[in-house]
Amino acid sequence: MALNEKELLEQFIPASEVESVKSLDELDEEEIRKLKETGIQPDESGRTGSFIQTNCSVVQCDCNIPGIELLPVTDALKKYDWLEEYWWKLVPKEKDPFTEETGRHLDNGYFIRAKAGEKVVYPLQTCLYIRNDKVAQRVHNVIIAEEDSELHVITGCATHPHLTSGLHIGISEFYVKKGAKLIFTMVHNWGENVYVRPRTGIEVEEGGVFMSNYISLKGVKSIQTYPTATLKGKGALARFNSVVVAPEGAQLDLGSKVILDAPNTRAEIISRTVSNGGTIIARGHLVGKARGAKAHLECQGMILSERGVIHAIPELEAHLDDVDMSHEAAVGKIAQEEIEYLMARGLSEDEAVATIVRGFLDVKIEGLPPELEAEIQRAVEECQHGM
Amino acid sequence: MLHIEDLWVEVQGKEVLKGINLHIGKGETHCLFGRNGSGKTTLLMTIMGFSGYKVKHGKITFKGVDITHLPINERAKMGIGISFQRPPTLRGVKLKDLLKICGDGHGTGRKLAVAYGFENFLERDVNLGFSGGEIKKSELLQLLTQNPDLTLLDEPESGVDMENLNVIGDMIRKLLQKDIHRGREKSGLIITHTGFILNYVTADKGHVMLNGQIYCEGNPVEIFQGIQKYGYQECIKCMQCTV
Repeated sequence: MALNEKELLEQFIPASEVESVKSLDELDEEEIRKLKETGIQPDESGRTGSFIQTNCSVVQCDCNIPGIELLPVTDALKKYDWLEEYWWKLVPKEKDPFTEETGRHLDNGYFIRAKAGEKVVYPLQTCLYIRNDKVAQRVHNVIIAEEDSELHVITGCATHPHLTSGLHIGISEFYVKKGAKLIFTMVHNWGENVYVRPRTGIEVEEGGVFMSNYISLKGVKSIQTYPTATLKGKGALARFNSVVVAPEGAQLDLGSKVILDAPNTRAEIISRTVSNGGTIIARGHLVGKARGAKAHLECQGMILSERGVIHAIPELEAHLDDVDMSHEAAVGKIAQEEIEYLMARGLSEDEAVATIVRGFLDVKIEGLPPELEAEIQRAVEECQHGM
Repeated sequence: MLHIEDLWVEVQGKEVLKGINLHIGKGETHCLFGRNGSGKTTLLMTIMGFSGYKVKHGKITFKGVDITHLPINERAKMGIGISFQRPPTLRGVKLKDLLKICGDGHGTGRKLAVAYGFENFLERDVNLGFSGGEIKKSELLQLLTQNPDLTLLDEPESGVDMENLNVIGDMIRKLLQKDIHRGREKSGLIITHTGFILNYVTADKGHVMLNGQIYCEGNPVEIFQGIQKYGYQECIKCMQCTV
């Protein structure tokens, strides 16, 4: 029987009560490999900075660009009184038992600030890693992209390769100021019995751009995430891309919501989901509240197993006549015709299916490191097994 | 090259081909005429081995091997290639990827794409937003890369404008080694509705298909002229004569 939220919380040990490593050097080879597959470069190559937290302890936090500030969020709260203005403002503390829990017991998180006008080419990486069994990790992150700044953050969330169970709660509040641009790429690489409850709010000011890429291809028990972006300044833009594979046993309830609350704002939500036997609820909600708002929602799902379930729930909500919103949703199995077309060019049936699925999941994602791209390819090939 | 004996085929429970006999020798190009719905495409799809085309009786032999029940990709590997009339769109699969699949891994597809002025399509999703002519070019490009010994072409001229007919004709001539007159090795079976393609590609034999049966083996140009002049009605009469 499914556990209710409170029962779920009681099952786990707070990360603060578990001993953790002090440095990355203490992680073994297998763990390092897993982090790499999650988009993290332990040697920081091609990265402007790095924040790595295992359980509740921050093992790496450095950034070599003066215009970018990267701190453990608990340090940032001590350093800046004004951070209160950004704390629990986009995600209500009382939202649910998970936000309440994090409000009471914080295991840290990251604070990133791109100062006005600072434009960073290489991404900053952050990693939230659960290393011990039955641990509940509760983090709260804040990103502020100040006026006309540009920032790309890659977040890899993972658990120890042999973890039996775990719970990750991540509160994230992202502020994109006037003319700023934030590209946020999140890779989930959990274990089979891990519960994940991110709670994310985003606010975009005039002319600002927020782009989110979400990737989850591995086994996990349950994910429930529903980032909500509010476009509150003229001409602001938000784009959410998700590429998701649900293996047998996974329960994924995913979606994004964009509130277009200022004139000429634009939004796009695109999700590509594949079920290999797991259940996926693919949500998307666009709310048009201002003149000239333009938004599109696309949910495409592919079922590769008899037991798989994909439930697409696209929602469009217009509050005035001068908005242009559309959606497109399609769920089903691969067309036999497509498989046979490729077979006529010499591919076996399995190779043909793999080629089609790979194409299906090939949503253009900016700035992914080569390991991650290779990992996506590999995971896609892996998801053919057991068909 | 290809030998078909008393082939009976069912599509969705309906008998479509009723005792087809056809022999295509090495280096020969055959044309298949016939009304819509006469079973021409069914014959091509059955030779290639597509699901949904159920062989109830008879035998297809290719290069001396019984291929009647071989999977599609085995037939492709043995040297049969097909150009589709309406191929599916493959989202996210780039034409360059597909050409790699067709080819030997030595960049043949890319070279051919450049040669036929199609390099701008290499980065595009296969068939997504392609015009009729572009689809045909893309199909023939795949076939040229694949370099099959027996090419099956389903109405290669349909939806192609006059200007591009030349290019399509060139590509088919190359596929069927029309520049070689002695020792030609490539064979072809072309379905044509309009006969236009005969202005660009010579064929050795023509056949008329009616109601799932093949009649009138003969000179393709003469057959086509006969059809143009008297219609398929005359073929039916002729067929009744021979029965």
